[in-house]
Amino acid sequence: MDSPRTPRDWRRVTLRSALAIAAVSALAMGRGHFRGNVPGPDIQTVKASVHGLYRVSVRPDVTPIPVRRLQRWTLHLDTINGQPVDTATITMDGGMPQHGHGLPTSPRVTRALGNGDHLVEGVKFNMGGWWIVRFAITSSAGIDTVTFNIGL
Amino acid sequence: MTRSLIARTVVGAGLVGIAAVSIGNVRHGVSRWTPVELATLRSLSLTSIEPLGPDASNRYADNPEAAALGRDLFFDTRLSGNGKVSCATCHVATQDFQDGKPLANGVGRTARRTMPIAGTAHSPWLFWDGRTDSQWAQALGPLESAVEHGGNRAQYAHVVAERYRERYERVFGRLPDLTSVPRDAGPVADSTVRTAWGRMPAEAQEQISRVYANIGKAIAAYERRIEPGLSRFDRYVDAELAGARHTPESALTTDEESGLRLFIGRARCVTCHNGARLTDDHFHNTGVPLPAVTLPADSGRAVGARQVVGGEFNCTSRYSDAKPEDCDELRFAVTSGPELVRAYKTPSLRNVSTRAPYMHAGQIASLDGVIAHYATAPAAPFGHSELVPVRLSPDERRQLIAFLGTLSGPITVPPGYDGAAPLSQTRR
Repeated sequence: MDSPRTPRDWRRVTLRSALAIAAVSALAMGRGHFRGNVPGPDIQTVKASVHGLYRVSVRPDVTPIPVRRLQRWTLHLDTINGQPVDTATITMDGGMPQHGHGLPTSPRVTRALGNGDHLVEGVKFNMGGWWIVRFAITSSAGIDTVTFNIGL
Repeated sequence: MTRSLIARTVVGAGLVGIAAVSIGNVRHGVSRWTPVELATLRSLSLTSIEPLGPDASNRYADNPEAAALGRDLFFDTRLSGNGKVSCATCHVATQDFQDGKPLANGVGRTARRTMPIAGTAHSPWLFWDGRTDSQWAQALGPLESAVEHGGNRAQYAHVVAERYRERYERVFGRLPDLTSVPRDAGPVADSTVRTAWGRMPAEAQEQISRVYANIGKAIAAYERRIEPGLSRFDRYVDAELAGARHTPESALTTDEESGLRLFIGRARCVTCHNGARLTDDHFHNTGVPLPAVTLPADSGRAVGARQVVGGEFNCTSRYSDAKPEDCDELRFAVTSGPELVRAYKTPSLRNVSTRAPYMHAGQIASLDGVIAHYATAPAAPFGHSELVPVRLSPDERRQLIAFLGTLSGPITVPPGYDGAAPLSQTRR
């Protein structure tokens, strides 16, 4: 596997956040206000896309990821063979599966930064808990999606 | 190996948390809270409130002369159609800048509950439906509403020219010549006033609208200084974090502490009521019942989102001082979708116990009723409620309400801006 492009500190923070969420969930001891169940803690920030066409990583501009504040992320896109992809159409959505709601904003990939990096603007999480963010990617290498789990 | 470590840690943290729940009320001298819980408490404390950055859309936001002018405009009943309504009519300075009524009363009855002002400078969205994106744009909405101030922007420009000219011009520069501007003109519901507005040249309309925007910017410069003050809860958290012995000003009773534990734990209030203002600044359909009185259909954020994007005075408007890149909340706002239907902004819970009735149209008279609503989670009258029921015993409901009482604190307004003796009211 390629070595992760994401800073180690974010991985640590994400891990801590995941533990915090799990601990709070353990404390909850019963039904909460919001629907659904908490999924398992897959917190990778470098992933192969669903059909194996791309390797994708995400890097927020501020760590730990703040709640209630707009942030920018850098998404790095390689083909599965490690070639950086600069020309691609990338859309983003997501939400909290256990709450049944989407993201509080409509983040967008606004421009390519070169060397496979893409700027994602308008990212925001308005509460702690388990979030997913999903990118749909279209380039000459094909159409594919990738989903990241975020624990806040 | 990592997974096994995670599993062990999670189980451990859970057991520690459960232990803390069972003995939380009998331990003294050591923290009653786990590190995870303490981190949550810290995030809710006023000492964690985010510093108030500049308002890019209002270059006068931190101008003291603008704030002093805004203060007097806030209390001035000449800014109304009948000469009897000011901002302070509903935003009563001695009542947490709200009025305690289910539905606000200006020149007529409105369809919404008055919201308090303290801390709203931190919020990206104003009004229950977030239909404006700044304090100054918010201030302008009621001024031209037929049921709130009931006036119009040409009228207000004349008031400024006749009563505040020197102070206005010191801050905003020269007022336009109003000789040929009608006493009453504006894009409002009243057809005579609207017709007069339509007859004005576009250039004159823009000049008057700019004066109008500046009225809002002055009022916002005042409102921006109105902040929540320290509550007993904040002092409690500070003492817990410092490992200090509690004083009468910081101590919580056993019930209050149990209520706090429910708030951040099983009752999950903290999901939406998060951060130092105890709001996520977002919009939720929580299935609040229809008001007892018949009001126009109210879709909440579903309409508010469209209004703010097309707003005459929004962050990207010609009257805003912001660059487009300063308007990211607006640029990336969710503007459609089923989640917006009958969704309303999460209110701050600071001073909540002294601020009945509750919800966007004052539908629920007491905190007892509010807790019962969240416990039973009824289906939404329309749209889809995000809630599911949570079982709370009578004791637990009482404890939650006791905790909410610890969030009361003073409203801080700097000396000279306190509005204790508003000039425009004492003159009358």
